[in-house]
Parts: sequence; structure tokens; C-alpha cells
Amino acid sequence: MVSATARQGAPAPPGQTELPVLEVRGLTKTYSVGKFGQARTVRALAGIDISVGKGEVLGLVGESGSGKTTFARTIALLERPTSGEIKVLGEPLPHRLTQRRLRRHRSRVQMIFQDPYTSLDPLHTVRYAVSRPLRTFGLVPRAAQAEAVAQLLEQVGLVPPSEFLGRYPYQLSGGQRQRVGIARALAAQPALLLADEPTSMLDVSIRLNIMNLLLDLQQQRSLSMVFVTHDLAGASYMSDQIAILYAGHLLERGPTKAVMGEPRHPYTQLLRQAAPDPSEHFGGRRRFEARGDPPDLANLPPGCPFAPRCPFARSECTEALPSLRQVGPGHQVRCVLYA
Amino acid sequence: MAPLLEVRDLYVGYGWDKRNLMTVVRGVSLSVARGEVIGLAGESGCGKTTLAMAVAGLLEPPGHVVKGQVLFEGRDLLGLSRDEQRALRLAEVSMVFQASMNVLNPVMRVKDQFHDAMAAHGVKSAEVSLARARELFAAVKLPERFLDAYPHQLSGGMRQRAVIALALCLRPKLLVLDEPTTALDVVVQRSIVQMLGDLRKELGFGVIFVTHDLSLLVEIADRVAIMYAGQVVEEAPAQALYEEPRHPYTAALMGSFPPVGAERQRLAGLAGQPPDMRQLPAGCAFSPRCPKIIPGTCEVLSPTETHDGAGRRVSCHLYAQQAEEVAQVG
Amino acid sequence: MRALLRNRRALAGASILAFFGLVAIFAPLIAPYSPTDINFTPMLGPSAKHLLGTTPQGQDIFSQLVYGSRDSLEVGVITGAIISAVQLVMGVFSGYAGGWVDSVLSSVTNVFLVLPGLVLLIVITSYVTTKGVPVIIGVLAVTGWAWGARVLRSQAIALRDRPFVEAARMSGERRWHIVVFNIVPNMFGVLVANFFGAALYAVLAEAGLDFLGLGNINDVSWGTMLYWAQSANAMLLGEWVYLLLPGLCILLLGTGFGLLNFAVDEVADPRLRRV
Repeated sequence: MVSATARQGAPAPPGQTELPVLEVRGLTKTYSVGKFGQARTVRALAGIDISVGKGEVLGLVGESGSGKTTFARTIALLERPTSGEIKVLGEPLPHRLTQRRLRRHRSRVQMIFQDPYTSLDPLHTVRYAVSRPLRTFGLVPRAAQAEAVAQLLEQVGLVPPSEFLGRYPYQLSGGQRQRVGIARALAAQPALLLADEPTSMLDVSIRLNIMNLLLDLQQQRSLSMVFVTHDLAGASYMSDQIAILYAGHLLERGPTKAVMGEPRHPYTQLLRQAAPDPSEHFGGRRRFEARGDPPDLANLPPGCPFAPRCPFARSECTEALPSLRQVGPGHQVRCVLYA
Repeated sequence: MAPLLEVRDLYVGYGWDKRNLMTVVRGVSLSVARGEVIGLAGESGCGKTTLAMAVAGLLEPPGHVVKGQVLFEGRDLLGLSRDEQRALRLAEVSMVFQASMNVLNPVMRVKDQFHDAMAAHGVKSAEVSLARARELFAAVKLPERFLDAYPHQLSGGMRQRAVIALALCLRPKLLVLDEPTTALDVVVQRSIVQMLGDLRKELGFGVIFVTHDLSLLVEIADRVAIMYAGQVVEEAPAQALYEEPRHPYTAALMGSFPPVGAERQRLAGLAGQPPDMRQLPAGCAFSPRCPKIIPGTCEVLSPTETHDGAGRRVSCHLYAQQAEEVAQVG
Repeated sequence: MRALLRNRRALAGASILAFFGLVAIFAPLIAPYSPTDINFTPMLGPSAKHLLGTTPQGQDIFSQLVYGSRDSLEVGVITGAIISAVQLVMGVFSGYAGGWVDSVLSSVTNVFLVLPGLVLLIVITSYVTTKGVPVIIGVLAVTGWAWGARVLRSQAIALRDRPFVEAARMSGERRWHIVVFNIVPNMFGVLVANFFGAALYAVLAEAGLDFLGLGNINDVSWGTMLYWAQSANAMLLGEWVYLLLPGLCILLLGTGFGLLNFAVDEVADPRLRRV
């Protein structure tokens, strides 16, 4: 059942020949939590530097609390960044946004939500959901909208479109709802898709279909995508580049093959060992040891956030956060081991 | 040696009207030997959770056992009185659920929950239950001080460990786990799964591990049974299943899990959706989605189960034919 | 919708309202005499000519009862509608907008919430020179909207954070469009239930005000009937029909609105349903 055709059309390395679709520098997001006397600051994202080239898929991997969903929501401007710079298609986002500027951003950056059971308005039909972006962004004249909606439904595999146009979400399966969500996102003709764990709430056999659909669409339209997930296997299937997040910090990034094949950061190695991998298992696997607790984002220790759990931690690790160092072509790690 | 647990031709249905039940488990037979780990894999709606609940004696209306037997150490569980069943629960057969927060009493300290559970089975002494709780906390690698805590003060992973400890407090012979790590991060999942393996080697209990994560199951189970539309379509030792899946659904399911480290290749996947249990096709339930369908046979005829000598069984016309051919030649 | 039709409370409530509605609409056909006609012999007991007897002023009680339904229904429905509209605007807008808009509107709501309703009702109606139904409606609306507005506000806040609302934002929808087409429709159950609750409040409060003589005592309503009954010492005179029946009608109409209120609540929130 496994097809042997490899991924076609690998894009040029980001930033070299073309403007990156997304460029993020020093992105930080903090929240204030707690009541008046006991307010604490939670740092969900700390100085993230990332870029995504045209037609490229970035896999953003992290466990819960890593900041990966916050990242997606901040880029989507569902939340405002606390500091840092976000550039889409070379244009930086101003700190104070007008409604017009916001709408222009939305026409370029779209999001696919995690839960197909709550991301569609239960009182609106598929036709409504998919056609609204065509109206609000003024991309398609009124007369041509019905045709455009039908085409979008076909492209996401909801065929024949006539059968789905009048349906309400409760009449659709999880996979079908997610396809509607994808069609809705595509209707805006974005340059960048933010997919926030789009398959985690779907059945296993449906997951692969949705991932393949995203890959097809992404290749056909040269879309850039940020694929947010906790699943290392899914990320390596989908992505050209992988970035590993821990407690709001970027710890490692690079081409998928490099990061998955030779993970450098101790945390990445830990993830790799933890992930189910029958081929390695039957070949004799080393025993797994994980220490410590997941990080408390309101009380992060100074220096590297992974230090309390790291088997290779040294005294320098808690003094200052190491900077990103190059360890291979396009491959960078934030760790004293490679300083 | 008699198996620890034997399920024979079990049928379970749901509904309020006993004459009009929706059958979600359709003739499942399964056995678990002492100290063995059986993995039960399948997607939502395949009946694996219902089967687990029936085995653990936790099935309540609108779920009803329609037919079949569940034999624990030779005794028919379903024929026991409610009191006998209750005595069996926790002490002999114990269950761990997916959402641990639903299991732990939010207004009781953890150590009191141990006492509560053990007292219900005749262990009245608070010291004995506390000592046992300490022992188990050490085994599941939880700091002792959390015994005095309330459930909401523990993280998700820690709560799941506490629930496992609770499930083991009376040294059951069989532990049934229903998606115990699905809601947890991969690192936590791996620690818990490893811990379970260590405990099993030490205490010798049998395990039924229900999950949709086939790649995890293949690593931790001795044998794996694949369920589809309320039936077991294939069962084999884990490694054999991984290296040579026979049933087309097994192959497709396995092919839906991208491998972590290997070369990036497109996987084909499986078309269609899990079936509507109220409107199953006449023949093989998988036939509408099967890439290897034998037209004229599969849609109309239910496949029979074939066993090979090496502990594998599969319900598929492809192998029924082969078995016939072998029988004819030999 | 279908569930509502099957719900027993809804049916009961709707039947009561329908009954009184028909009585009010067809009052001239049902009542044998004009309610204000004082030409009859006063203090007669029930008879064939006067089904429920006559009042100390010589009016036909039955006709009064029938025409009285108009007042109560009018006040109930109109006040209910006005209150619902104000609650909707104040509550939903405030909840969705957030920020300083929310702070300002919430403060206003809280001020009105804190005002002692009953006292205010009495004071205002005592001082206003023109009396009658429009005044009552106005006063009731002003004092009765605040609590429901808070409920709607918290509903709006809950909905605002739902993924499908965020998705609407991502689709480039303008704020007002989201409120009108995504938020309000998903609050429909609460809105309708609130309307019936407001109508119930209005019916009872109006009857109370009329009874205290703060309405126009020359209008015929169930409340004023009670006022006149009280001032003529009907209890002492044994005129139980005069006393009891207007009260009973108020009770029934109120119950009708109340039942529908509960029924819509039940249908909208499945957790409240009794299996």
C-alpha cells in the first residue's frame, strides 16, 4: 500500500532567491495570569526567529505548553504579539493595525483549526462558510461566486459539490468538516496557511487523507504552510523544514532529514526516542529515560528552559540562554554542546 | 494452561429497546494468557471500547450483552451476580480509562481514594492501604507527597500514573486500559508505557491495551488484534503483524502512520469512512473500502476466519481461498 | 424547533397564551356588555344575565375580565419585547466588543441593576402626571432590563472565544456582521427564553402597580379590578368572585409565559432536560 513516488518539486532554500513568505524575528508573547494581588507573567513565546519560504512547509513541533499554538494564533493575529517583528511577503506588520490592514493580512494568512467539531458555525451551511471569504475579500465578483465555491469543494474532495453545498455541519463527518475548513481557508487565496494540529481530532485513517490533501493543495498552489503538531511522525511526513519548540523557545531547526535523521538538541533526541517507531523497536531499541516535569511557564528558570531535565546539563546552561548556532546546512541548534 | 481470559463469540448491542439494538460488537472471540499483553486496535466506532467495558464487567444499559461468554479463569463473568461482579472488579480485573480526571474523585485526597477502594474490598485498615499506596507510588515513580494532594493539583501525566497505581492496588490479574495515554504528550506517554512494562514483568498481570495508535501498540504488545465494524479482522504476534499485515484493513491502517525516521515518501492511505453500524453491507463490512476486493464475493458473503499454525488468524476471502487451495493441493 | 413542539411545558404554556390571546382579540364578541357600563344593578351574584355577577359600581364582572386580558397581554408582550431588545443591544454588544466599550456599558448595566426596582416603580408612577399603559410600559422597561443583559453578556463572551467565531474573524468578517450572523443566532434559545421571562415580569409587575392604584384607575385591567375590589372591601362583603378571578387570570397568564420560558431553556440546553 505504500507508493514509492517521492516528493516532487522541492523548493529553493528559503530567503536566497525569493522573498520569504513569512519572516519572524524575536517574536515574544506574554500573558498576565491571576488575580490582582497575585498576577504572574506567563511567557508563552520567547524570542522566536523563523522564516518560511515560498512553497515551503514548516513543521512546528512541540508538546503542550511549548507555545506552538500560541505561535500560530499570533501570526494569524488572533492574538497580538507582545514584541518582535512579523513580516509577511516582505511587509512588516505595524504595531497598531487598522481594520483595512488587518483584512489585508487575513487575505494573505489563513488558518485551519484543530477541532472540526467547533470550527464551523452550526447554524450555517457549507455554502455560507466557504463563500463568505469570497465576499469579504472581494476576490470574486458576485456572479462568479457560486462557481468558485463549487470548484473549491471539488478541490478539497467534497464531490459532487451540489451534494454538500446545502449541508449543515451536523450532517458531515469529522473529515468532511475539516475539508470544509480547508476550502474556507483557501477561498481567501492566501499565501500562507497556518494549520493548527488539523488532524489530531480525526480518525487515524482519515488523518493521512487530510495530510495528503494539504500536501496536494500546497504543491499545486505553491502555498507556504506552517504545520503545527505534537506528532513527530506527522511533522516529518508533511514538512520540508522542522522547528522544535520547548517552553516558548526555539531549540532546533533545519531541514527535516537533518533534524529527524541526526537530532542534535538533547530535547529533540528525547522526542525522537519517545515517538513510537516499530522499525527501530524491532531492531533493538535503547531504553528511554526521561526525568523531571514539564516546564512551568510562569516560573521558568534562567538560561535554557530544558536544563532541569537535560542529561547533559552543565553549569553554563542555567546562566544564560545559548544562541542559535549552525551545525549543518540550514540546520541550527540552541545548545551549549554546540557553542 | 487455561487462558486467563477467554471471550467467546461475544455480541454487544446498544439501545433502550431490547428488541431494536444497534450491535456494536459482532461475534468477537479473544483470549489473553497470564502475563500477556494483548493490543486491541481500531478506529472510532469499531467496538473496541465497548468490548473492553464488557470484559471489565462495566457495561451498563443502554449497553447490553446479547450473546456470548466472557470467561475469567474459567468462570463466566456475565453469569455472576452483581455482588460477585463487584468483588471481582479491582481485585481481579481492573480498568484504566482515557480521561483520568473522570475517574478520580475531585474532592478526595489521593490517598483516601486508595483507602476507599481497598475498604470496599475488605481491607479496612487505613495503615495497610497507605502502605500499599506508598508502594505503588514508588512503582509508578510518583513522589509520595502527592498522596496528600487533590487530583486537580496533579498534571495530566501524573494523574494517569495515579490512576494506574489505584488500578493495581489489589493486585489484579488482568488490567484493561482504554486509550490511557492518548491525551498525553509523547514523552509522558513513553514513560508511562515503559513503567507499565516494568510493572508487568514484576507483578505478572495480563494486559488488554486498547488504542487507535497502532504504531505504539506494535511496540508494546505481545499480540495485536485489529477490529473493524465490531469484529476482529486479524490477530497476530506484534512483530509478525508489523512485518506482514494480511488483512487489507490492517495493511491500510499501518500505512496510515508515517514512519518517523525513514525517507519521506507519499503514503496512499485508505479511502472512505468508518461504516455506519446500523447499515452494514451484507458481506464483509470492509468491502466498500477494500482495495483488494474480490467482486461478486466480498460484498455478499461474510468471510470466514482462517488460522495458520503460527498463532495468526484473519477474516478475509483472500485467505479463505488460499486455505482452500492449500487444502486441495495437500 | 421540533423538540419544542414535543415539549409538554411548551405546549401547555403556548395553549394558555393562545387562549388569552384569542380572548383579547375577540373580546368584543365574547363579552356581552361594555366593561365600563355602570348601568347594571350593583353587587349581583352570578346569574344567567351576568355570568360572574356585578361590581359594587354596577359593572359586569365577566365583561371586565374579558377586556382586562387586553391590557395584561399588551403590557406583557410589548414590555417583554422592549426589554429583550435593550438587553440584546446592551448585553451582546458589550460582551463581544470587550475593552472600554464593555467597561462603560457594563457600568451602566450595573447601575440599573442596583436601583431598587419596586421602589423606583412606585415612585416614578406616583409622580408622573399622565397615567396609563404607556407609562407603565416605559417604567417597567427601564427598571427591568438590567439582569437579563448581564446574562446575555456572559453568553456573548463565551461565544466570542469559540473557534467558529475566530474562523469568522479569519474570513475577514466585520465585527457587526459576526455579532448579527454568528453570535446572536447561536444565542437564540437564551434570547427567546429571556423574552418570555421579561413578559412574565411585566404582567406581574403591571398587575401589582395597578392594584396599588398607580396605573390609570379608570382603565379596565385585572390589576385595577383588584384595586377596586380592595377599595370596596370586597373581602368583607363576601364578593369572592370579584376578588379571586382577576387574580386567577393574572396567575394563569403569568404561568403561561413562565412555562414557555422554562421550556425554551430546556430545549436550548439539553442538560436541563428531564428524560
